[in-house]
Amino acid sequence: MGFLTINNIHHTFFTEKTSTTALENISLDIEEGEFISFLGPSGCGKTTLLSIIAGLFYPTSGNILLENKPIHGDTGFSIGYMLQQDYLFPWKTIEENIMLGLKLLQKDDAVSRTQALKLLGDVGLSGVEKQFPRQLSGGMRQRAALARTLAVDPKILLLDEPFSALDYQTKLKLEDLVSDTLKAFGKTAVLVTHDIGESIAMSDRVYLFTAKPGRIHKTFTIPAELRSLSPFEARNHPLYPELFQTIWKELESLEIHPGN
Amino acid sequence: MKSTREINSLHDQYKASLRKEKRWVHFFQLLIFITFFTLWEAFSRMEWIDPLIFSSPYKVWSLFLEKVMDGTLLSHLSITVFETLLGFLIGTLLGTGLAAILWWSSLLSKILDPYLVILNAMPKVALGPILIVALGPNMTSIVAMGAIISIIITTIVVYTSFREVDPNYLKVLQTFGASRLQMFKEAILPASFPTIISTLKVNVGLSWVGVIVGEFLVSEKGLGYMIIYGFQVFNFNLVLLSLLIIAVFATIMYQLVELLERKLIKNN
Ligand SMILES: Nc1ncnc2c1ncn2[C@@H]1O[C@H](COP(=O)(O)OP(=O)(O)OP(=O)(O)O)[C@@H](O)[C@H]1O
Ligand SMILES: [Mg+2]
Repeated sequence: MGFLTINNIHHTFFTEKTSTTALENISLDIEEGEFISFLGPSGCGKTTLLSIIAGLFYPTSGNILLENKPIHGDTGFSIGYMLQQDYLFPWKTIEENIMLGLKLLQKDDAVSRTQALKLLGDVGLSGVEKQFPRQLSGGMRQRAALARTLAVDPKILLLDEPFSALDYQTKLKLEDLVSDTLKAFGKTAVLVTHDIGESIAMSDRVYLFTAKPGRIHKTFTIPAELRSLSPFEARNHPLYPELFQTIWKELESLEIHPGN
Repeated sequence: MKSTREINSLHDQYKASLRKEKRWVHFFQLLIFITFFTLWEAFSRMEWIDPLIFSSPYKVWSLFLEKVMDGTLLSHLSITVFETLLGFLIGTLLGTGLAAILWWSSLLSKILDPYLVILNAMPKVALGPILIVALGPNMTSIVAMGAIISIIITTIVVYTSFREVDPNYLKVLQTFGASRLQMFKEAILPASFPTIISTLKVNVGLSWVGVIVGEFLVSEKGLGYMIIYGFQVFNFNLVLLSLLIIAVFATIMYQLVELLERKLIKNN
């Protein structure tokens, strides 16, 4: 039994006219401290799976266990969910944004406030506490969102394409920052991405999804040599292009024979 | 590259041109104001317009002084302003509260949807006689008129804005285990402040309409009563005086709402 166990998840969306099966037969295990990536074409259900793990809604069938307890209906534990955009609240200062989770969980005492502000320093954002989100650049905002997510000390971090709205250089820097920070805190994380390179550079394992309906097609374990490196260094390792090619070919074969 | 000194002097020039434009704007505003009242006075004296109907600034002013001296103006004015404020507050608060309830229960909002449309389409002042019979010919029914005229439109506009709040903000809150009340407080309400403020601006005008019509019907006190009384005894000095005072005080209320807007929406 893993830290996070995903058991046979099926999910179908119903609307008045259609029913779309977004996920079929998803089972996987994640160990504590692991970094996992979901890679796959658009519409293959990555966001849906992440939302189900986050407890935002129930799957049509199947269940998810965190430390052998079902996550749905358990209000005690908090998950960190970072969306594609930062979704910092524009009418709150950066400090108020960072403290939001703690406030909602009624843990906004002086100690956690100092910790949260220290976290802001960890992501390289000291001195902007009193500013509003619109005064920050896209990269800074995404870092603030990371600090907000980490502030509640979540057991698991869900990252839904958190770097896709950023320019390439900022994205590379943030990859390193997120990777360092999560390693330092020993966090378990699930990253959703379109970017093969990002999934190789950041994670321990990559799950390749097929679309319509979303299924796990293949799992790639990232070699230990790459895992020990920072994402930026990993991109420059000789093993990296090789793995990139393998996953690339696999993705292409999916497009030619979808559903295989 | 230009030096800092050059940039500073360019900035000064820019600021000077802004000031100059502002002076011209004020000049023309004042010019229109003075021209209007001068022509009004002149035409009235030369009887190009009927002085009995259109009065004249001088006559209105004398009446104003007279009414201020004997204290009747102040008593009528304070009653109307009080009724308008109360109607405005009740209308806005009830409307926003109703919008919150509709947001809370999507089933209720679906059920009530056609009734809101009907109530909104209905000319609210037509309810005046019924209100007066039900609540009595007194201040209560006038305030009710001032409120009822803005409740439904406030509900509709504010509820629409509640629904248009980006659901991703709610997702963020949900992952922190927020209750529905917390979602309302942290995301829905603050995100809708700009809309609420703009309905406040509309409601200022609506409440004046409701209260004046209410005072026409009840015909006891207030600026609306002054208008209807002036009309009945054919004293149009009185009618125009009331109109001008209404214009001034409606503007003041509008400015107060704008002040509130600057206080409340601090992030832009
Ligand atoms: N609320 C919904 N109602 C109906 N269908 C939905 C809903 N959300 C998602 N879907 C459908 O489910 C499928 C998976 O969507 P999902 O957003 O999980 O894909 P994704 O892998 O995250 O795609 P992308 O990479 O573009 O973000 C899509 O076919 C989508 O149309
Ligand atoms: Mg997605």
